[in-house]
Amino acid sequence: MNHLLSIEDLERADIERIVTQAEAFAEVSDRDIKKVPALRGRMVLNLFYEASTRTRSSFELAAKRLSADVVNFAASGSSVEKGESLKDTVLTLSAHKPDAIVLRTPWVGAAELVSRWCSAAIVNAGDGKHEHPTQALLDVYTLRQRVGAIDGASIWIVGDVAHSRVARSNVLAFQRMGAKVTVAGPPTLIPRGIEGLGCEVRYTLDELHTADVVYALRMQRERMSETWVPSLREYASWYQINGARLTPRQVLMHPGPVNRGVELSGEVVDSPQAVITAQVEAGVVVRMAVLYELLAGRDARPAAGPALGEGGRASLIGSQQA
Amino acid sequence: MSAVASSSDVEPLVGGPRAPAELLLRDVHTLDPRAGIDARHDVRVRGGVIAEVGAPGTLPLQGEGGGDGAQELVEGEGRLLLAPGFFDPHVHLRTPGQEHKEDIDSGTRAAAAGGFAGVIAMPNTDPVLDSAPLLRSLRDAAAREARVPVGFLPAITRGLEGEQLTEMAELRGEGALGFTDDGRPVASAGMLRKALQYQRLCGGVLSLHEEDPTLSRGGAMHEGAVSAALGIAGIPSVAESTMVARDAALAGYEDARVHFQHLSTAASVDALADAKARGFRVSGEVCPHHLLLTEEDVRGLDTRMKMYPPLATEADRVALVEGLRSGVIDCIATDHAPHARDEKEVPFEQAPMGTTGLESAFAALHTGLVLTGALGLSELVERMTAGAALFELPTPTIAVGQPANLALVDLDAVWVAGEHGWESRSENCCFAGRRLQGRVLLTLAAGAIAHRDRTLALAGAR
Repeated sequence: MNHLLSIEDLERADIERIVTQAEAFAEVSDRDIKKVPALRGRMVLNLFYEASTRTRSSFELAAKRLSADVVNFAASGSSVEKGESLKDTVLTLSAHKPDAIVLRTPWVGAAELVSRWCSAAIVNAGDGKHEHPTQALLDVYTLRQRVGAIDGASIWIVGDVAHSRVARSNVLAFQRMGAKVTVAGPPTLIPRGIEGLGCEVRYTLDELHTADVVYALRMQRERMSETWVPSLREYASWYQINGARLTPRQVLMHPGPVNRGVELSGEVVDSPQAVITAQVEAGVVVRMAVLYELLAGRDARPAAGPALGEGGRASLIGSQQA
Repeated sequence: MSAVASSSDVEPLVGGPRAPAELLLRDVHTLDPRAGIDARHDVRVRGGVIAEVGAPGTLPLQGEGGGDGAQELVEGEGRLLLAPGFFDPHVHLRTPGQEHKEDIDSGTRAAAAGGFAGVIAMPNTDPVLDSAPLLRSLRDAAAREARVPVGFLPAITRGLEGEQLTEMAELRGEGALGFTDDGRPVASAGMLRKALQYQRLCGGVLSLHEEDPTLSRGGAMHEGAVSAALGIAGIPSVAESTMVARDAALAGYEDARVHFQHLSTAASVDALADAKARGFRVSGEVCPHHLLLTEEDVRGLDTRMKMYPPLATEADRVALVEGLRSGVIDCIATDHAPHARDEKEVPFEQAPMGTTGLESAFAALHTGLVLTGALGLSELVERMTAGAALFELPTPTIAVGQPANLALVDLDAVWVAGEHGWESRSENCCFAGRRLQGRVLLTLAAGAIAHRDRTLALAGAR
């Protein structure tokens, strides 16, 4: 594997390998010295075009536990705000010769684009509303820890599917692992054509009791001002996962941060069925496994593609010789 | 209906090369569906005019044996196709203000390379073409620089802002062929109605970009399975078709003449067919990319596949081909929309909309529709030349005494789009890299040679 760009690119075997590797790394987190030298001397660049303390620190921690050097580059307040293009930023940062770039952007396909522009391994940490593959991998890991294999399990993903990269990656990942996935939410927030991913669609939670796992999505407040739903109150009354809707045998997941009282009631967040903090914990070990998968056993990366000036000079010399 | 403010003293199209062509096209397959010509002929162009059409091999090369002037000889060997020069009612020449994408010279070179003998330029420039002085200066520039004649459609509303009509009558007096807010819809029905009413005074065609912005807002591709999978906000097909239906009704009510640009969905074809059945004075165009590509081609997020309207479903594509074949859709337009490389080398959602199309249109449609049996060659030629009449311009035709507006095409030549670069200043062609069959070898526009392909063997040039 050269990059982790989307779950769509992965086979079940790839997911299983990464999750198994993560299980091996879990032990590191329990040591006094939470560090292994696997990626010593390697450099991981976190390039974030969106504010995301959680995902960024999770990647940072993962890289540091593998002894890699980490550089964080937040796009706000940087050259990006002075109008530099994504490509120019990536070419500039490539001059530091990162071995991996962890990229979070508001744009679909950005990670794939960047993978063509430089020689570093690219980890997609969220590209617009498209995918967030490490979230899906850590969710698979968490479920495997909690319930074992998920073949045949029924998993409901509930909420704002339209604006969720987590939903897309998880629909694909859970299905790859043999689960049956249903997405449910207000019709305005379920994109037309989503069943093309292979999932079922429901507009009410009437059959939620059939689910083995309930995965609630974050409901963002700005969706109200864009009138996707009439009010948070009405949203909560129809789609909130609460004690009345959640049955005792179901597992509850959420990618965080939780809006208590909106998509989840406080009681279910604190219930033993919720694995939300386990998901956060899984984030570090799964990201360790991803970085290890992409970087370990591979030669340190060569310098990024030829700088513009160098390329030009080389061809001039060539023509003189000819 | 004859307009009060006639522009009869102003040439509708300006530009084009000056030296009249002197040419003998020997044994070419002449195909002019409107004139009922579909046979091998010798065609002589003398002083830029089609001077003689004779049986193959019968016209002597003048200048060889005591003729009165030197002539180039092109041997068609019964194989090369000679068609009326194509006409594109929808191109973006990006002048003034965006010459880094295209200018009049490069854009009309691209047109000539694609066999087009005339084009109509859109007004979404910087500044917007919405005043008579700007139109005058653009026409002066075209008269100096254009390789093929160019007509202009100034804006319907000032600054394309949809709030105030341009001085349409004055613009007509300066040679405006009609008006369009292309790139944007006239969102307000009331504003469009005023423009349709004002057409009674000034004439000219109103050419409409149909899009309901409240439905399309935020969208970057067609709404459907692919947009759902990619997480890109979709533009529903009804964003276009409801506006076609609305504006057809307005045109019918005001007995106005409107032309629908770049139709992209089956529902829009139905709306146009319905308006025609009611006798409304409406016409429509379709672009090569909508006839040949679908939302599936967007999956790879190649920004050359991003255009407005977006590539839709296979069912839409099939309906467009059928609409074109049946004549519900009147003509082909490329919506040639050049963008600089760095503008397109960005994530898909950030990229500007548009694909270039002039240089690939005929070859792509010949390959994708004619060779597959979906459309006849003569139908393709007819639809690629029909745009002129829709804008009250003479249709290029192969007839003695007519100015030479001709496209000579090698239907057997196979090439990879873009392999030798482009005449256009931009390279954002959605067909780049595809193997196409059919290559324009020679284009005559307004009586002069506007394009000569590198591969054209000139047998008897003296």
